[in-house]
Amino acid sequence: MFSQRRNLIFLFFGIVGLLFIGKLFFLQVIDDTYEKAADNNAIRKIIQIPFRGEVYDRYGKLIVYNTPVYDLYMIPRKAVVKDTNHFCRVFRVTKEYFIKTTQRARAYSRVKPSLFLKHLSKEDFASVQDAMVDFPGFFFETNAFRTYQSHSFSNALGYVAEISPTALEDQKDDYYRQGDYVGISGIESFYEETLRGQRGVKYRMVNSNGVEKGDYKNGSLNINPISGNNLYTSIDLAIQEYADSLMQHKVGSLVAIEPSTGEILAMVSAPSYDASQLTGNNFSKYYQQLALDPMKPLLNRPPSAYYRPGSTFKLVQALVGQQLGFIGPGTVFSHAGAPVKCHGHGPVDLRGAIRVSCNPYFYHAFRKMIYDNTTGDTYERSAKGLQRWADLVANFGFGRKLGVDLGNEKKGILPNVEYYNSVYKGEKMWKFSNIYSISIGEGEIVVSPLKMANLAAIIANRGWYIPPHVVKGVGLQKSIDPFYKTPVKVGVESKYFNVVIDGMEDAVTHGTVEADGRIPDIKMVGKTGTSQNQKGKDHSIFIAFAPRDNPKIAIAVFVENAGFGGSAAAPIASLVVEKYLKRKVDRKAVETKFMNMNYLPNAYSVVRKKAAPDSTKK
Amino acid sequence: MTDSNHIQGRIDWITVGFYVLFVGLGWLNIYSAVYSPDAPLAFSDPAFYNSNAGKQLVWIGTSFVLIICILVIDFRFFESFALFIYLGLLLLLIAVPFLGVTINGSHSWFKFGSVTIQPAEFAKTATALLLAKYLNDPLVNLTKFPFQWKAALIIGIPMVLIIGSNETGSALVFASFMILLYREGLPGAYPALFIGGIVLFVSALLVQAWIILLVLVILAGLLVLFMPIYMQRDPKTYLRLSGAIAGIMTLALLVDWVVNNVLKEHQRNRIRVLIDPGFDPRGLGYQVTQSKIAIGSGGFWGKGFLGGTQTKFDFVPEQSTDMVFCTIGEEHGFVGVLLMIIFFLGFLWRLMYLADLQRSRFARAYGFGLVGILFFHFLVNIGMTIGLMPIMGIPLPFFSYGGSSLWSFTILLFIFLKLDSHRSDMLSR
Repeated sequence: MFSQRRNLIFLFFGIVGLLFIGKLFFLQVIDDTYEKAADNNAIRKIIQIPFRGEVYDRYGKLIVYNTPVYDLYMIPRKAVVKDTNHFCRVFRVTKEYFIKTTQRARAYSRVKPSLFLKHLSKEDFASVQDAMVDFPGFFFETNAFRTYQSHSFSNALGYVAEISPTALEDQKDDYYRQGDYVGISGIESFYEETLRGQRGVKYRMVNSNGVEKGDYKNGSLNINPISGNNLYTSIDLAIQEYADSLMQHKVGSLVAIEPSTGEILAMVSAPSYDASQLTGNNFSKYYQQLALDPMKPLLNRPPSAYYRPGSTFKLVQALVGQQLGFIGPGTVFSHAGAPVKCHGHGPVDLRGAIRVSCNPYFYHAFRKMIYDNTTGDTYERSAKGLQRWADLVANFGFGRKLGVDLGNEKKGILPNVEYYNSVYKGEKMWKFSNIYSISIGEGEIVVSPLKMANLAAIIANRGWYIPPHVVKGVGLQKSIDPFYKTPVKVGVESKYFNVVIDGMEDAVTHGTVEADGRIPDIKMVGKTGTSQNQKGKDHSIFIAFAPRDNPKIAIAVFVENAGFGGSAAAPIASLVVEKYLKRKVDRKAVETKFMNMNYLPNAYSVVRKKAAPDSTKK
Repeated sequence: MTDSNHIQGRIDWITVGFYVLFVGLGWLNIYSAVYSPDAPLAFSDPAFYNSNAGKQLVWIGTSFVLIICILVIDFRFFESFALFIYLGLLLLLIAVPFLGVTINGSHSWFKFGSVTIQPAEFAKTATALLLAKYLNDPLVNLTKFPFQWKAALIIGIPMVLIIGSNETGSALVFASFMILLYREGLPGAYPALFIGGIVLFVSALLVQAWIILLVLVILAGLLVLFMPIYMQRDPKTYLRLSGAIAGIMTLALLVDWVVNNVLKEHQRNRIRVLIDPGFDPRGLGYQVTQSKIAIGSGGFWGKGFLGGTQTKFDFVPEQSTDMVFCTIGEEHGFVGVLLMIIFFLGFLWRLMYLADLQRSRFARAYGFGLVGILFFHFLVNIGMTIGLMPIMGIPLPFFSYGGSSLWSFTILLFIFLKLDSHRSDMLSR
């Protein structure tokens, strides 16, 4: 009876079996979303951030290093705080903070650690150590901060900060994650990939509570972190700090280069900031303050600020004019016919023109350079002459990047034919009479302090330079890009430098440099500049090198709104030169005077007049 | 009485082979589920016997003792004492709310030292025995209502008691006796109505009421159009059809009311999770989501023995008890689950084949009761791990971790094998 029903029953079983097999085939073979979900579930990628490389000065003194800081984490399920008041007292937090943070942590996860308190110092860490036994569920993780040995040199060093959302999106190789620290400016930014080292990755298996259960695939996929390479800079920290102290209460730049190597000895951007405050808990508050400061302390002026070179550019004119064959040591120009004024002296030769910074002389010299070609009208001749001139001047690094190893180097402007064509909207729309201002370093030409220091180095080397750089060695091998070892010739023969250097010597001893700028026992040669700007008092500029024979230091000093080059920039430069060459300064009165000299009121009056600082003319 | 050689000669070794295979594979899966790559436990380590795998080893050992006991007991005992066994279990089920302890939210366990026993697991066996004994009476005719009613009573009493101790899942197992009853002559309309009811219930949850109405009207239209010869095309037929549609629609609409008002919150949520797989994947849908991830991540060949990451690291709750199928799916892939399903269906086929060989109706009915119970567990357990069934606390026979479960299935199976070994001794009445 009913024995055929067995088959019906089994048919039903078979249908269910097939249904299961079909569903399983779909789950396991066709749909691969579950595989990914499983990996996300059980494998946790742990990024291990290595210590960032340290930074040393040229004598091996530590400038930047890492200080361990301690982040306090809590696991809400394990955290039992019996006495909240006691806890708040120990960790110096308010009760509101405690309640708010605990609630947030609990909302995130009861079993996974949440950050409770960021960046405790070693001292704070030590002080709470004993109390930790009372607070189960709280633990520390170490982290590292950039720490600065000196308050000097901040702008060139740059700083590290959490990566910005835009940088995070723009990155090419998908290295950074949100909240990662990255070098923002200066060498921290330029050498980011060297300094950051190689990040380690650990693949850990975790259970459903997020508790680690060992290495995934026995750790075969793990990568150990490699700490960042150290940077050995050419900075002389003593000189840097000294120069910093001289540039206080001023807006401007100071760059000192060793001419024979292109190594930057000191680089001051004033006003500056205290890099050690741009770390940790202080960061956002301090950064806000700096970003809003009208004096732009975050701007690294030496490679980034724009100035007109003023009379310092006459040195280039003297060199190029000789190389092009239009002037020589004996060439004399009268003041007649020049639309530029002079300071009341008779006709001078080239050496004298540099000594007294004679404007008409360089007007006439530039006129010869521009107009001395035979074909075409004045427009065509101007264009031809300017092109020939600009090609040679470009060799000095004007209008292009020198390649310094700092972020944000600006090209500056070297006006050439194309430039004027675009300014005057077409060819043959301009001629010498439109452009003569550049003969004396005014008008359209724009340089950075770094370029002018490099010019001093070029003259010191009599015709060549090595691209200026801050870092002279990377890592254990102290290796360096050959670019920073290779001399660049400027295309002016060395014999033409003699008369220029003579003129620069005269300028210091009995020319435009005032007495405060003279060093009794060091033969420094230099050239002053007074850069006009529409917005305020002239900028004071001085470039120099010393000693005259076998130069050891080339320097450029820019002090904004400080008037004549000879009265402000030159004395500051002379003090740095003296300090560097003698390791001490005998002229204490001058030192004190310029350390205390305050040009800020001038600068602030400019800011008040114009929203933007005048130093950045485009 | 029979000596052991006697039993050995007649016992069905194919079934025993399946049993050993399932229990062995089951143990390996439990071992894998609790295996920790950080600290693998040696068999010699006492701590091993505190882990699920170690305890299961103890359960397996004691199961063999149980098997020996069953095989040496006189085969007539089970039929003769069926009523006493049944009544004893009812007593335990009644006592459990007062004397029992609560484990995992269900107050249905007895605790003897470190051993916990769930009487509901054994109630199935007792019910199967009594039902088989009842049907052994040749006068019992399941096409007749009074007999149907009595059979339902035998099934219903323990079911109600189990629901009382909050073990709805275990209670639903008793629905599997439908297979036994069907085999023994219950009209096909009952299982058809039962399955139809489930289909209606599910469709009422999944689709709008008007769609069901539409489908019913179309079906009725087709029925009228291709009307079987024995049906009359008269107003009475149309009236009946309309009445049937109205009744079914009322039931369909009742489903919503039942879900919202009769079911408890957690039951409602299980159904919600079933019909909407994306529902609350971190909370209520967590178990199903994780279970599907574990099985789905196994791929075609699986991750290899001890290679699973999902089941090993506790992503799947109840991974070695009710969710042990996830471990098979993850570590042995589609190939593994395919073989497992084929083996299990083969096992059921073998049992049905043996049951039909029985001369006594008692043994045959008991055999189909056993098959029904095993199939119901297979259906619901695997179904819930792959999201085709709501989550119910129902173990996978022989595979799942747990003493009560393994013991009860062992007893259930070996009583049948004992009866089968004496099938020539039994007289067909």
